[in-house]
Amino acid sequence: MILKPLPEDIKAIGYYLGKIIFGLGITMLVPIIAGLAFGEVNPTLDFLIGIEITLIFGLILTKLCFTEQDLNWMQGMIVVSLSWLAAAILGAIPFYLSGHWMSYLDACFDAMSGFATTGLALVQDLDHLSRTHNLWRHLIMFIGGQGIVIVALSFFVRGMSGALRMYVGEARDEKILPNVIHTARFIWLVSVVYLILGTLALGITGVLSGMKPLNAFFHGVCVFMAAFDTGGFAPQSQNILYYHSLPFEIITVIIMFMGAINFKLHYHLWTGNRREILKNIETRIFFISILITFCIAAFGLTQTGIYPKAIVLFRKGFYQLISGHTGTGFMTIYGRQFINEWNHLALVGIICAMALGGSVSSTTGAIKMLRIGIILKALLEDIKRIILPDRAAVIQKFHHIQEMFVEDKQVRAALLITLAYLVLYGLGTIMGMLFGNPFLESLFESTSAAANVGLSCGITNTGMPGLLKLTYIFQMWAGRLEFMSVFTLIGFFVALIKGRR
Amino acid sequence: MKKFKIIIKNLKFYILNFGFTFCMLNFTFNCYAQSISSTELINNAKLYDGKIVTYEGEVIGDVMVRGEYAWINVNDGKNVVGIWIDKNSAKDILYAGSYESRGDWLEITGVFRRACLEHGGDLDIHAQAILKIRQGRRVAERLNMGKRNLVFVLFGVLCLVWILKPLKFK
Repeated sequence: MILKPLPEDIKAIGYYLGKIIFGLGITMLVPIIAGLAFGEVNPTLDFLIGIEITLIFGLILTKLCFTEQDLNWMQGMIVVSLSWLAAAILGAIPFYLSGHWMSYLDACFDAMSGFATTGLALVQDLDHLSRTHNLWRHLIMFIGGQGIVIVALSFFVRGMSGALRMYVGEARDEKILPNVIHTARFIWLVSVVYLILGTLALGITGVLSGMKPLNAFFHGVCVFMAAFDTGGFAPQSQNILYYHSLPFEIITVIIMFMGAINFKLHYHLWTGNRREILKNIETRIFFISILITFCIAAFGLTQTGIYPKAIVLFRKGFYQLISGHTGTGFMTIYGRQFINEWNHLALVGIICAMALGGSVSSTTGAIKMLRIGIILKALLEDIKRIILPDRAAVIQKFHHIQEMFVEDKQVRAALLITLAYLVLYGLGTIMGMLFGNPFLESLFESTSAAANVGLSCGITNTGMPGLLKLTYIFQMWAGRLEFMSVFTLIGFFVALIKGRR
Repeated sequence: MKKFKIIIKNLKFYILNFGFTFCMLNFTFNCYAQSISSTELINNAKLYDGKIVTYEGEVIGDVMVRGEYAWINVNDGKNVVGIWIDKNSAKDILYAGSYESRGDWLEITGVFRRACLEHGGDLDIHAQAILKIRQGRRVAERLNMGKRNLVFVLFGVLCLVWILKPLKFK
């Protein structure tokens, strides 16, 4: 029997959702300050309207649903899933007001793409977009990469035990420090330190590449946020191809790698435990996976003969592959080149890389390396059980921060999430094909959306049907939250309708 | 002797004619005098690879000088293509498109490469001739009164909601 949710449940959800929306509104102060500094009047007005509407919503919710009770697991999960939807809808207000998005749905698409660190974009005439709006496009990647709830946990929520439930609901199943709020703050510390270093590196490279200093450092901060949070937006419509610069590409590859590493691993690196990076199952599987998928892609590209020089093949092939594997979505080729110039084998290599993703508790999406590692270890254990005598005790261990035994519970969880991702990739592919797109192109775009990558072979454009846009928005949302909080929200609505008191 | 002179004269005529026809044919096969859109270039990159093409559009972003050459990015309204130009030609570009300005509109004739080996596999055009068709301009930003009024109205609503909040606890 399903129980109907109590009014207290709705009040708690509304109250904490209101707090998170309020926090989101406060973040709009950054583009407002930037707009004033750049002297961009109308864009500043767009953000003033955006912040006011967001704060009004947040305040009304906290006022109407005021409660002192803490969140339980179900409520925490629902708050997280609703927060992300609210962020996409409210974060899209300044976008829509700018006139660079054809419809509010397109603006919501880009806002969800930004918050979910995907990078698929429907913006029009990006090269004439104001710096204020461009900064917001990248800032929402930074906020979404850390986690919208992390922002609230870090700055607006103090010492509540329900914080853990929201933290887990946002697809972060590992605590770095014993206290979840300290963990959230550590994530911010890491990100801000890297932000400063990364912006300096990219800004200086930009200046040396011939860009004006102000532009170079503005691009530096934007590209860093998109790279470290494995987002994939860029300030210009050509994406990273705009810079025509090898050093710029090398720096972005390094930043993408750092973004794809588990924050827990960052903590160990920061505290001097550098050997962890060599021993950790995630980094090992990541390395092997990159090697295999790159070999597939490179073999495919060799067949096409488009890049006759090995160095050129490596530069183009490896960049798109790393961009796909880390879930970033930066491109140094045009989307249609994937279809027109690359062959199926090369595309399969990229699709596999996108589908696998980076590390857990990082800013990447997709299945992730730890789950792949656990599944492979479990497979190895089962093979050993068959080969070895019945009396032999078979145990499998792996190293992830500490030595761990492979447990059935872990394997089940890893397999469930993997299955959910495969279903999500399949769903988007079928939807793409329903609207007349070929199989491989549909699979490419669907995997890119669901794995929060952002590479596009050209299906994503303003002319695509609204239902396909909604499908990709759903994929980006569900893929970023890793399903549990989305399933909980669906269950909650079912209980609201069918539940009994 | 007279007959020989006539033969030589005719021969010159035939050679000139042949040369002209050959050049015209060669030009037709290797050069596209009418400007080609970026979509056409990207979608049929193999067809145009190594050919001389004419492409036109607005210069956007930065003019990035690299030694004796410079990179500019030219937007024809659909896509942006990177153009490798002589440093001196870059000096003639006064406006590059951004939020504050509309960039110079250029017509570029040059060699198109779908994966330029000189530039790490970039799809680009190495310019041979550049013609400025239209000069760019700064765009003056006008205050949108509708947006400004909405800001004031929403501010009033926000204050109202804010004030009402503590009333709940009294």
